[in-house]
Amino acid sequence: MTNHRPIVRALIFSILLPSLVLLGNTSYAQDGKALFQSNCASCHSPFKVITGPALQGVSSRVPDKNLLHDWIHNNQKVLASGNKYFNDLFVQFNKTPMSTFPNLSDKEIDAILSYVETAKPPTTAATGGPEAGSSEAKAQEGDNTLLYGILTLILAVIMFVLLQVNSSLKKLSDDKEGIPASEPVPFWRNKAYIAGAILVLFVLGGYWVVQGAIGLGRQQGYQPEQPIFYSHKVHAGINQVSCLYCHSNALDSKHATVPPLNVCMNCHAAINDYSHGPKLYREDGSEVDGTAEIQKLYSYTGYDPKTSRYNTATAKPVEWIKIHSLPDHVFFSHAQHTKAGKVQCQTCHGPIQEMDEVKQFAPLSMGWCINCHRTTKVNFPDSSGNGGNKFYSIYEKFHKDLKSGKMDSVTVENIGGTECQKCHY
Amino acid sequence: MSDKKYWQSFGERNNSEAFQKSTEDEFNESLPLEGLDGKGLLDAKTPRRDFLKYLGFSTAAATLAASCEMPVRHVVPYLNKPENTIPGVADYYATTYTVGGDVVPVVAKVRDGRPIKLEGNTLSSASRGATSARVQASVLDLYDTARLRFPVQIADGKAQEVSTFEAFDKMVGDALAAAGGPVVLLTGTITSPTTKQVITEFLAKYPGSRHVQYDADTYSGILLAAEASIGKRVVPSYRFDNAKVVVSLGADFLGTWLAPEQFSSDFAKGRRIDEKNPGMSKLFQFESLLSVTGANADERFTHRPSETGAVALALLAAVGGSVTAPAVPDNVKAGIAKAAKELTENKGKALVVSGSNDKNVQIIVNAINEAIGANGTTVDWGLPLMTRQGIDGDMTQLVADLNDGKVGALLIYGVNPAYDFYAADKFKAGLQKVKVSLSFNDRMDETTELVKFALPAPHFLESWGDTEAKPGYYAFIQPTIAPLFKTRQFEESLMKWSGNNNTYEAFFKQYWTGKLGGTEAYEKALQDGVVEPATAPAIAGASFNAGSLSAAAAALASAKKGGALEVVLYQKISLGVGAQGNNPWLLELPDPLSRATWDNYAIVSPEFAKKTWKLDLSDRRQSDGYEVYPEKQVIKVKVNGKEISLPAVIVPGTHNEVIGIAVGYGRQSAKAENTAANIGRAAAGVGKNAFPLLSFNGTTVDWFGTDASFEDTKEKYKVAMTQTHFGYEGRDEVVRELTLDEFKKNPDAVREDREVELKPYGGIEHFEEEGTLYPIYDKPGIKWGMSIDMNTCFGCGACVVACHAENNVPMVGKSEVLRFHDMHWLRIDRYYSTPGGKLDNPDDVQVVFQPMLCQHCDNAPCENVCPVNATNHSSEGINQMAYNRCIGTRYCANNCPYKVRRFNWADYTGADSFPNNQDQSTVGKLDPVIFQMTDDLTRMVLNPDVVVRSRGVMEKCSFCVQRCQEGKLKAKREDRVLQDMVDVQTACQQACPTNAIVFGNVNDSKSLISKTRVENSKRVYGVIEQLHTLPNVNYLAKVRHAEEAYGAEKEGEKAGTAEKQS
Repeated sequence: MTNHRPIVRALIFSILLPSLVLLGNTSYAQDGKALFQSNCASCHSPFKVITGPALQGVSSRVPDKNLLHDWIHNNQKVLASGNKYFNDLFVQFNKTPMSTFPNLSDKEIDAILSYVETAKPPTTAATGGPEAGSSEAKAQEGDNTLLYGILTLILAVIMFVLLQVNSSLKKLSDDKEGIPASEPVPFWRNKAYIAGAILVLFVLGGYWVVQGAIGLGRQQGYQPEQPIFYSHKVHAGINQVSCLYCHSNALDSKHATVPPLNVCMNCHAAINDYSHGPKLYREDGSEVDGTAEIQKLYSYTGYDPKTSRYNTATAKPVEWIKIHSLPDHVFFSHAQHTKAGKVQCQTCHGPIQEMDEVKQFAPLSMGWCINCHRTTKVNFPDSSGNGGNKFYSIYEKFHKDLKSGKMDSVTVENIGGTECQKCHY
Repeated sequence: MSDKKYWQSFGERNNSEAFQKSTEDEFNESLPLEGLDGKGLLDAKTPRRDFLKYLGFSTAAATLAASCEMPVRHVVPYLNKPENTIPGVADYYATTYTVGGDVVPVVAKVRDGRPIKLEGNTLSSASRGATSARVQASVLDLYDTARLRFPVQIADGKAQEVSTFEAFDKMVGDALAAAGGPVVLLTGTITSPTTKQVITEFLAKYPGSRHVQYDADTYSGILLAAEASIGKRVVPSYRFDNAKVVVSLGADFLGTWLAPEQFSSDFAKGRRIDEKNPGMSKLFQFESLLSVTGANADERFTHRPSETGAVALALLAAVGGSVTAPAVPDNVKAGIAKAAKELTENKGKALVVSGSNDKNVQIIVNAINEAIGANGTTVDWGLPLMTRQGIDGDMTQLVADLNDGKVGALLIYGVNPAYDFYAADKFKAGLQKVKVSLSFNDRMDETTELVKFALPAPHFLESWGDTEAKPGYYAFIQPTIAPLFKTRQFEESLMKWSGNNNTYEAFFKQYWTGKLGGTEAYEKALQDGVVEPATAPAIAGASFNAGSLSAAAAALASAKKGGALEVVLYQKISLGVGAQGNNPWLLELPDPLSRATWDNYAIVSPEFAKKTWKLDLSDRRQSDGYEVYPEKQVIKVKVNGKEISLPAVIVPGTHNEVIGIAVGYGRQSAKAENTAANIGRAAAGVGKNAFPLLSFNGTTVDWFGTDASFEDTKEKYKVAMTQTHFGYEGRDEVVRELTLDEFKKNPDAVREDREVELKPYGGIEHFEEEGTLYPIYDKPGIKWGMSIDMNTCFGCGACVVACHAENNVPMVGKSEVLRFHDMHWLRIDRYYSTPGGKLDNPDDVQVVFQPMLCQHCDNAPCENVCPVNATNHSSEGINQMAYNRCIGTRYCANNCPYKVRRFNWADYTGADSFPNNQDQSTVGKLDPVIFQMTDDLTRMVLNPDVVVRSRGVMEKCSFCVQRCQEGKLKAKREDRVLQDMVDVQTACQQACPTNAIVFGNVNDSKSLISKTRVENSKRVYGVIEQLHTLPNVNYLAKVRHAEEAYGAEKEGEKAGTAEKQS
């Protein structure tokens, strides 16, 4: 059986939790902007023609509100009914079918429409306040360490001086009292000092070696330069594209998967320049030409924006540099964490929506995994048996304990989440 | 409850010195402290200072090699992702295993575009999801490194690549036009309706041409006998599921005969015990060698192969046939009387089958089946089995025509007569005389290297196709991967050469869309993999024509008497006739009975050994002399004017005057040094080819020789046998067996026995708490458990190969098996017992099979002794193994009473970080098979969900933990409870044709595993459970449907006890 070692709550998580962004959209139910981002933004912009027409002013173009609702609910039906405006529009957009949204309520559609009508074109946004704050805080932390280090050093020197003074005084008093003094030994030949120094060096050196060896193969903070300067900040942050729009397999597979280029082209067939967003900089401070980076995408896909045609002969996949790597002997499933565990992307990947170039946020070490498994609560039914994942209904003992108050929650560890063969097989 | 002595090896039977030693030592070899010879450490070959130097150097080297730099890894997404494909999630496609005429509907697991595992297709009413070892192993053939990778033209023994199919078509077209003689298409049995149509169209294009079907494992005898008896040249469907009494005259229907996986599944129905109403079918076996079927028989009688006809005649006479019974040996006579009594008492519920390829014997068998009312009840003539249609005479005629120059062109597909034809030399000579010869075989095998053109056909997992094993029962083949090499389907080539420029795929689709009535039905057929009649046609008899009976009886009565020694040629369950001869999984699969790997050999009886080498196997010292050393005496067997030298392996149960030799081995190119490249690295140099020993009797091929002789060559040859590898340290509460009568009389016998054993520790009820000092741990959610029914385990080995495929179990090669380094996670132990006490009576040998795997003990002895906690217990009852934590002390293997842990002695997988761990100059010689298995192509078969273990690491059965995890995740994602038998099945369970293995959640009282344990509570037991290991695997005691309760005698044990005292 696994040992129950004392639970150490990682500081990281308390910092992280507030920055979580939900995968789903339920909590934004009435927020038109969020609804627009999650449902419409992949094909529409309020201001620009992308895959579909620019939406601002749609209420005046289609004054019949019911018709507009019908169109959004099930555009095929409206097309079939022979509405001229929409049929013309359909032809104008190369008969690209629009998705149907039978699940959107009228209220929600109204919320979207009101957002579309009131939205303002983005101007160059220059935030970064919190970022600066956090780096400041980090710097301060560093200062403290230095301070303590210097303090320790000063104290050590004082101690050394005092010891020397002490021995000199002792020698003087011995001289005075006529006690024959032994040959004075300089401190660099004093065996006690030498032994002490060796011990300290050994302990420090050993600590350094062990830490270094444990850290071998870990890549926290790894931030390689990618073949295309792809900014998660622009996509997931500013434009609020859902993580799952691109990493669509995260709910189904062990791999979240880097999106195939056809997913990029869903939007970038129309978005061919980068003009409204904030200026982009690489880590080394050089400025990035966003439009040129989009052109790189076109060259990979063999897309000619003038003719809107693909040349499959010149197309080649992008060889992205993999950042988050687990050793081969670790089985990790995104589906397990995102779908069954309902863990947010940012819990492990950090504030990805604020990163231009992606950086490995977490150490991805076994201790880090285990700590989370110890503290994370499983989606268990509550003490009265409501909610929760039905899979856990077989854990009768835990249900009893929850009811009687013996347990207040069930953690991943309780259901075996820290056992070897949960991840290693 | 019998107290028979069960033994795996002669040493165990005699409690010999070597056996006693083996019970003390876990590992065969001692620590490699070379050259110490009792001297001080400083004088050793490697003194301490050198050791420290090496240590320091290797640490520094490892640090440098590991380096602090991490490699840059790339992730390359699709350009344009195919819809419905999710990287990391397996897709399943229904297809059909078709090798050598066999038809087994399967489902292929395709992971990221690579088929990696085959499972039986449960939608097929014939196979019901059953598989065999060969089916399980066939996915490895897809990635065989020796496959021919492009079309070639062969001249003067040199193969020249032909750059395009167009060029090849032109060359072949021109050659066929100028052939100047009839075109002959030589194939195995073709059941595919579309292929048949393609062939018909092709033959029409070339007047005078013909199609010859040739089966290496021929069933001509049955086909011709059916023609004589009922007027149709067919093999009937044998309905073992309807039979209460089965008499098999040498037919190994549970191992290699016709459709063994189906027959096993059918036969198992009658072998399951309902405790409330115990009863089971009864199997009589008359044979010359101990076959898998014979090993499972309730009553078994041995005779010489020359007496096969007489036995059949005697049985016919005994069931009331109008023939005179010839003289048969006394033991067989008694057996026939018993069998005939049972047959006549169970009229209409009885079945007689014969493995003989003699037309006359099969006519007699038809007559017996007519007499016992089997015609139309257990023998279904209305639904013939069409998987073997080759007639030996046709092939013999073709070879004669070839030699006479009467054939203009010979196109060969899927058969290898230069290797497996009884007169291969004649065939080869004839082949040289043909102007145009072409092979579609997948490699440069013995036949292909002699032809002028070779156009490799793709593996069945890369092909389109269909099969019709029985009329109206279709199974479909669809590609699961794009062809790996420049190959083209046989059908498409024929279509091209008959001027049809359609692709076979289009033709196939068009044919079936038309036949099934629409695209939707076509797609459903592909999805299901099978199309069957909505209601199964009723079993139909056929009017029996007794006209040929007297002639057949007369022919058999006047059959030649055998000489002093006779030879039987048989197929092994692993290789069969050798169509998958380069498959390491099959080559390393231990034979169910001899437990030998990697070779064929001459099977002889203990009595034979006594006569020849004065080797008395019931003597302790002499049995050790035979058994401890792998070197076996080589004998030269002469029969039918041919001779073959093979090591002699003693198998109890072999008739005393019979030698058995397996076919399917000894693959060799014309130039032996080319074998590894052309046929395969694993197959090269393995065994000897026994096909030349077959003979033709004028009508059919005989698989025996009646007048044989042998010569002791005084040479020795190492045979890698696994039977002594993993013993129980002298503990013998391993196998439990009782007869049906005993079970009926006292159903509690097993339980009472267990109660006595466990009494000192609280009895069965309180054993768990009172038998230990350790605390009992909760299993709050799931507790996995397995139950294995020894009544329906026939020892076929499908589970063993399935386990290899699922868990990336490494193959180690013969030299490593010889060093006890075999890595099978699951082994099938074979126990002999001789109730009569004498080894020299082959009829007296009984066999029990017991699959043995990690028992996942809840109080596991291995867990306590691991110094690094690399093996420990999960809250779901799995004994888990963290490979990367293991430092290889092997304490766990030492402490495991079941001996199911396997150690990676060498880098078998190429998984180590240091490439020179496979360097032959530094780590010792590794067999070629290891390099075949670690080739980049072969490694495509690896299951990406299971880690590949490196050198120095212990491994063992994990209860397919990756499947458990996947099943649980599936349930969680769908927000539901785990579905028993649907979400999680282990690989061995799924592969088992008889469902002998049940796996599931024991905490769920409605699961099949819980029900199995409750409903069979009187037969449930754990192996050596008195050790308080609390295994999560239980066994159900074997019940034998034999009349008398054997077992008062315990000769072997008595000898052992005496020795212990002395």
